[in-house]
Amino acid sequence: MTMPALQFDQVSKRFPGVRALDGVSFAAEAGRVHGLLGENGAGKSTLLKILGGQYRPDGGRLLLDGEECRFASAGDAIRAGVAVIHQELQYVADLTVTENMLLGRLPRRAGLFVDRRAARERVAACLRETGVDLDPDARLATLSIAQRQMVEICKAVLQDARVIAFDEPTSSLSHRETEILFRLVRSLRDQGRTLIYISHRLEELYALCDSCTIFRDGRKVAAHPVMADVPRERLIADMVGRELSDIYDYRARPRGAPRLEVRGLRSAVGGPIAEGQDFSVHAGEVLGFFGLVGAGRSELMRLLYGADARAGGEVRLDGAAVATAGPRAAIEAGIVLCPEDRKEQGILAQASIAENINISVRRHELRAGLFLRHRREAERADAFIKRLRVKTPDRHQQIRLLSGGNQQKVILARWLAEPGLKVLILDEPTRGIDVGAKNEIYGLIHEVAASGCCVIVISSELPEVLGIADRVIVMRDGAISGELPRAQANEAAVLSLALPDMTTTKNSGAPQ
Amino acid sequence: MTTQTLAKLPGRSTFWQDYSLPLGYAVLFVLLALSVDGFFSAVNIVGLLLSVAQIGMVACTMMLCLASRDFDLSVGSLIAFSGVLGALLLQQTHSLAIAIGGGLVAGALIGALNGALIAYLRINALIATLATMLMVRGLAFIVSHGQSVGIADATFIGFGDAQVAGLPAPVLLAGGCFVVFGVLLNHTVFGRNTLAIGGNPEAARLAGVRVERLRVWIFALQGLVTAMAGLMLAARITSGQPNAAQGFELDVISACVLGGVSLAGGKARIFGVLVGVLIMGTLANVMNLLNVDVFYQYLMRGLILLAAVLLDQLHSRGGRA
Repeated sequence: MTMPALQFDQVSKRFPGVRALDGVSFAAEAGRVHGLLGENGAGKSTLLKILGGQYRPDGGRLLLDGEECRFASAGDAIRAGVAVIHQELQYVADLTVTENMLLGRLPRRAGLFVDRRAARERVAACLRETGVDLDPDARLATLSIAQRQMVEICKAVLQDARVIAFDEPTSSLSHRETEILFRLVRSLRDQGRTLIYISHRLEELYALCDSCTIFRDGRKVAAHPVMADVPRERLIADMVGRELSDIYDYRARPRGAPRLEVRGLRSAVGGPIAEGQDFSVHAGEVLGFFGLVGAGRSELMRLLYGADARAGGEVRLDGAAVATAGPRAAIEAGIVLCPEDRKEQGILAQASIAENINISVRRHELRAGLFLRHRREAERADAFIKRLRVKTPDRHQQIRLLSGGNQQKVILARWLAEPGLKVLILDEPTRGIDVGAKNEIYGLIHEVAASGCCVIVISSELPEVLGIADRVIVMRDGAISGELPRAQANEAAVLSLALPDMTTTKNSGAPQ
Repeated sequence: MTTQTLAKLPGRSTFWQDYSLPLGYAVLFVLLALSVDGFFSAVNIVGLLLSVAQIGMVACTMMLCLASRDFDLSVGSLIAFSGVLGALLLQQTHSLAIAIGGGLVAGALIGALNGALIAYLRINALIATLATMLMVRGLAFIVSHGQSVGIADATFIGFGDAQVAGLPAPVLLAGGCFVVFGVLLNHTVFGRNTLAIGGNPEAARLAGVRVERLRVWIFALQGLVTAMAGLMLAARITSGQPNAAQGFELDVISACVLGGVSLAGGKARIFGVLVGVLIMGTLANVMNLLNVDVFYQYLMRGLILLAAVLLDQLHSRGGRA
């Protein structure tokens, strides 16, 4: 074997009280895609931050083509030919593709004026070379998330990065966009670059990676030189540290009478839900909502919850109409929502775990109708931390310092605490969450449904929807395109309803 | 079972982060008491407290505004307007109830208007309250024809002069505000939800907080308390002055920021605000005792504000590591 293009040798990194990386060694050869796996907090992101020059290791060496590197800043890493594409993309929305790709390095004339033509030509050539179809003059604000990501990748290519690392690049991409990304990654690999790829989605790792390394609790626990040879169960067991036979843990439940009925719901704020939508959920049922990104699933749930204004339609729960006055009215009726974007819409980042749990339910127990009951709130928080196994020193911890999975558990606790809970809506409940926490959240979903509540789960991950739902509703272009009971819900059937294609239009004419 | 070693996470507030400001003030106080002649005397301390009574009252509600990620520039104008209005109503009706009630209601309404502009019409708080600041100052001049409005009513003037246990009424009233708003902030849904909408308005809304309504209430309270401070000032100076309290809003916001209230919202401590107000008052008091030129006082106040904010940033950066 030749010398690895990238090598970590006994790298360690500590934070106050946490050993994020503990003597990790890891090597990657050029011309291959290397997957990094592990639960949240396993150390993958710390590794990437060391690679990208954001963190300095406390011990150990980082070698590029056998030469030791010490990056004091992100700039050092870029100059050494390393680019890291983070989950949170780094761009200036009001600048063009060209300006973003050459940010800080725009070619000049007479040392002062931007040489626009030269800049544009360089960028256009780079886009051509990488096969990315984008207008160099488009402003980033007008592009989709996927396109902005392409810009960032092309920027790495333009900087002549030999090592390109991706941190969960597909978490907000649709199927098709993911395919385009994969094609780009493979072509970068074939050019002889070294690629590092982090994802929670095992399907993707199998589709893309040549080899993989698995981390747990800041240590390397396994390395598999040939990805295709590793069975799925083995990967999961390595990551979680135990066997997880069926992470969905589906158990059939008796289905009760219809509880939630939605009729003719449509949006007043624009967006995809232009036509009235109908559906219903039964007591004890887990209803899965699947659709491509932009199909309108989240928007429909926001309408149901009263988060966005309705132009028409009604929601009936146990036969009674639900007021339309906003989220608070929905909560009073027993309908609650865990939003898709945990960070922006779910958590109160600076507040404690206890505060995040109690924010809504405390209204039922005020002393003299005005004063908080601090002890009861503390007891509730402690009870939920224990029951949902939230990993935290105590209830006073700020929620922003928890991992994604633990944050999600806290948001779930907020709603499980509601005494009148009837409908639990979960929008992408496991996005960016590790396998172990996923498994626990699926367990909770079943628990809530078994108690007679309705559970609605939106997910972009088809196996997840198929794994946990009693029934699947598929959306396409802002409308419900079909409905499948668990027995008939398979990948092909769901996808044929979700994709804007020929099969359904042939049978039933135009969908709208 | 996922029993994994529980990592102790960074970012908890520590003893020093929580108490550095009050301890710093205590040290400053002792140093001044030892070194500045005439500082540590009952007369001077009461005078000091009296000088920050108005700022203290309004800082309580400004704290709520800032905690909800808004702020209010109109309080200085409202102090003047409510004083002028109270004095005029007293002249016309000779009724204390009408004068005080009228001033308070006008203040609450102007505050609620600010809140409605910001919450429902979604006008940026800076612009909305800048506009009301100008309009309310204009109103104060219009109703008073630009003249100060004298107050003859002895009972009304008495409110400004009255003393209980050696403390003047304005100081007691300000103290009362700190207690009431401390309880409101820490022990009621109102206070917690105020912090929640400041921290993340959208998340708070989806968690069931009626964000718009709450904003209007916060500003209405701000108006009410500001009008109270305005009437108190009018009683003390025995007249309603249309050009009173120029720049007052900036003093109040400075005191809050000194006290650790984050302009980004979501963070507030009533005790911190109290210390912030006291620091402002103490520095002005000492500079007067030392006969420091007013021009230099401005310079010092600005420097101290900057220093306090920089310190605070160092703290929070340290916590983020």
